[in-house]
Amino acid sequence: MSAETLARWQFGITTVYHFLFVPITIALSLLVAVLQTLWVRSGDMKFLRLTKFYGKLFLINFAMGVVTGIVQEFQFGMNWSEYARFVGDIFGAPLALEALIAFFLESVFLGMWIFGWDRLPKKVHLATIWLGAIGTLISSIFILAANAWMQNPVGAEYDAAGNLRAEMTSFTDVLLNPVAIATWTHVVFGAFFTAGALIMGVAGWNLVKRNNEHPDSQDVPVYRWATKFGAWVLLVASVGTILTGHIQGQIVTDLQPMKMAASENLQDSATCAPFEIVPGVGVPCVLSFMATNDPGAEVKGINDLKADYDAKLAAGQALDDRNQLQVTAAAAKAGIWGQTDAVDWVPPVLPTFWSFRLMMGLGVLGILLAIFVLVSLRGNKIPAGGKGWTGLMIAAPLLPLFANSFGWLMTELGRQPYVVNGVLSTHAAVSPGVTALELGLTLVLYTLIYGVLAVVEVSLLLKYIKLGLPQRVEEPTVQDDDSAPLSFAY
Amino acid sequence: MNFQFAFNLPEAVPSALAVVWFLLVAVLWIGYLVLEGFDYGVAMLIPFLGKTEKEKRVLINTIGPVWDGNEVWLLTAGGAMFLAFPAWYATLFSGLYLPLFLVLVGLIIRGVAFEYRAKNPDSRWRATFTWMATIGSFIVPLVFGVGFANFIIGLPVVTDPNNPALYVVASDAANVGVTPYFWELFSPFGLLGGIAVVVLCLFHGSLYLTLKTKGEVKQRAAAFAKIIGLVAIVGGAVFLVCQNLFWPPVFLSGLNWLLVVVAAVALVVAWLSIGKGVAFVCSAVTWLAVALGIFIRMLPTLGFVDAGTRTAFDSAGQLLGLNVFTAASQDSTLTIALVAACIMVPIVLAYTIWAYWVFRRPVGVENIPDEVASAA
Repeated sequence: MSAETLARWQFGITTVYHFLFVPITIALSLLVAVLQTLWVRSGDMKFLRLTKFYGKLFLINFAMGVVTGIVQEFQFGMNWSEYARFVGDIFGAPLALEALIAFFLESVFLGMWIFGWDRLPKKVHLATIWLGAIGTLISSIFILAANAWMQNPVGAEYDAAGNLRAEMTSFTDVLLNPVAIATWTHVVFGAFFTAGALIMGVAGWNLVKRNNEHPDSQDVPVYRWATKFGAWVLLVASVGTILTGHIQGQIVTDLQPMKMAASENLQDSATCAPFEIVPGVGVPCVLSFMATNDPGAEVKGINDLKADYDAKLAAGQALDDRNQLQVTAAAAKAGIWGQTDAVDWVPPVLPTFWSFRLMMGLGVLGILLAIFVLVSLRGNKIPAGGKGWTGLMIAAPLLPLFANSFGWLMTELGRQPYVVNGVLSTHAAVSPGVTALELGLTLVLYTLIYGVLAVVEVSLLLKYIKLGLPQRVEEPTVQDDDSAPLSFAY
Repeated sequence: MNFQFAFNLPEAVPSALAVVWFLLVAVLWIGYLVLEGFDYGVAMLIPFLGKTEKEKRVLINTIGPVWDGNEVWLLTAGGAMFLAFPAWYATLFSGLYLPLFLVLVGLIIRGVAFEYRAKNPDSRWRATFTWMATIGSFIVPLVFGVGFANFIIGLPVVTDPNNPALYVVASDAANVGVTPYFWELFSPFGLLGGIAVVVLCLFHGSLYLTLKTKGEVKQRAAAFAKIIGLVAIVGGAVFLVCQNLFWPPVFLSGLNWLLVVVAAVALVVAWLSIGKGVAFVCSAVTWLAVALGIFIRMLPTLGFVDAGTRTAFDSAGQLLGLNVFTAASQDSTLTIALVAACIMVPIVLAYTIWAYWVFRRPVGVENIPDEVASAA
């Protein structure tokens, strides 16, 4: 395999893996903060127990998110040095600001939250989880602005005179990139979708198990509350995810029409274009609606786009003349206009086509699952259990992980063959000095290490899910005695 | 914001902002070394200073609340290099591919170790994660030490044959993408650098432990500091003298000798005052002096040398095209980021100091709860 192929696999594997933990970190930290707030305001120990229970699951997940995240920051320079050099003037800013503004906030305050139960007054301690959670949210704004810039490189120009690279003309344009705003809302709803499903699945599984063993247990109503809480979060978030996804679809059609055409395997442009649920089974006009909000509108197909791009490349024109970076790079014969080998315009159709469908299908399943659970728990009902319920509760936290991964696969595979849409090809971005041997070796080792860590992580999560709510929970107080045992220690 | 520069700079606009950002990158690295330096040291010492399980937990809990925040200094330093010097970040990170992979592995295994170790009382489980923390915390400073020594020597670069704007670390042009520049890193001075940084972390960490533990662990930490401090003084002195004799900086060589003296005096004072707060402050000053000396040596070509001449100048006497000015982002980007840094760094420092104050009490065996952490 070529160095480029290996570098792409490495990016794909490490990024998809990292993003298994990210949504849970973002949304579960906020939801744990909500639970702790409910405790502080009501004094009801039920909420403190839930805070500690889900807090523990959150921390097991958070550790993995942190360590796999470091790989991401280093990887741009290690594997994609021409990319890093070419875009650093723009792309570096959100990354550095993410570390400076978000990572410090998140790490320092979550450290204080974990160890601070008997060191900080109740309300100050509550503030630490909020600050940590807000840190994760700020982090998502910056990193998604960076990603959105790769999809739609706004606020930049090609510097033909001196540095032969993209340079920033407006940082506000980079942050307010329409793709960034649409992606951020979609990803944040997706994060709550993930965390809601996790809370619901974990509590729902415990609810039925405990209710069947000890129906009088004081834990049963707590699990019941948490199952409904998770289901409501899941319901609202899955509706939000679908609506924001629809907005995103229109933006993609406008700015990356080839991505939309490939994800639909739409060879020829069509008005009232059908949406194929599976190949051959199409619903008329639905694709046109998804892509443009107008069921009768024309959606460009792969062949027309190809012909259009070939003509523009030959004429030395930008593919999309609204984009200043494309216009200036084309004028300077840089990027794809300086490339000697032919440009293959079409992203991999098969994986984007199926990723798109799986993502959407799982999203719709989320709504159905949430409604099913809420109906099952209406009034004072508690489901009898059985394999069906257990299976659903185990599936619930897994569905969004797949949906998130397919969403990103569609987004990033659909961006091909570019690393910076319409400007720099992925092929040109890879580090020339890094050998296929180095990439292959590290790919194997990353996969092994990540695989082992996944086993460890899942075993810990299962262990603590099965243990359930902590039994002896005391009202935390600030400890003044230097020789007293810490209420929390590693 | 231009200023006069003695060399002929190819296609570079000398920008004072680039110099400011170079200093800021140095500051972030110093923050990282001073802060995470001690938690590497502590983690390396877990199996050696902690005889019993509770003693091991004492060591871990001295850094438990703060290590993750310390590590963000490294992420911010990396991010700042990407932001302010894209060409430096690109050439360096791809050039040191395998060493940085080792750093990442080290950071991964130590990062999960602290959290996961506590989650299961099984003794084999705990031993595994103890060694992951220890080995991970050893690999990272070792590799960074080897790296810094090589920045002093100078990493040879050539331009990519297909892309004259991109510099690649390689012993010569024929080796680009064929033979990685890897074994050459482990010269005697490179290895000395690796050992020196590990020893400094151990000294720094044991001084931290004398302040943050009680009882027997504290005594053991002090006794260890007494020994490792001597090694640090001797090793550090040899390293710094070699650096300044064989690879003096292009500018400010007088200042660099002064920094050697500062580092040496600080180390000796630290060694003489083991167990007191001033010792830890002195070892922090040592990091500062050593790192500053290395960053000064890295001017103006960022620790890179021409692969042919192995100096900052090519055979025609031109300054290397990859330098602090050519690698920098444009002034407008640097300005925006500088404003953000000027606002954020003091805020970060303020809440970091508050976090250390909240967890200021030393930890002893009596503070370690019996059962495995049951609270979140």
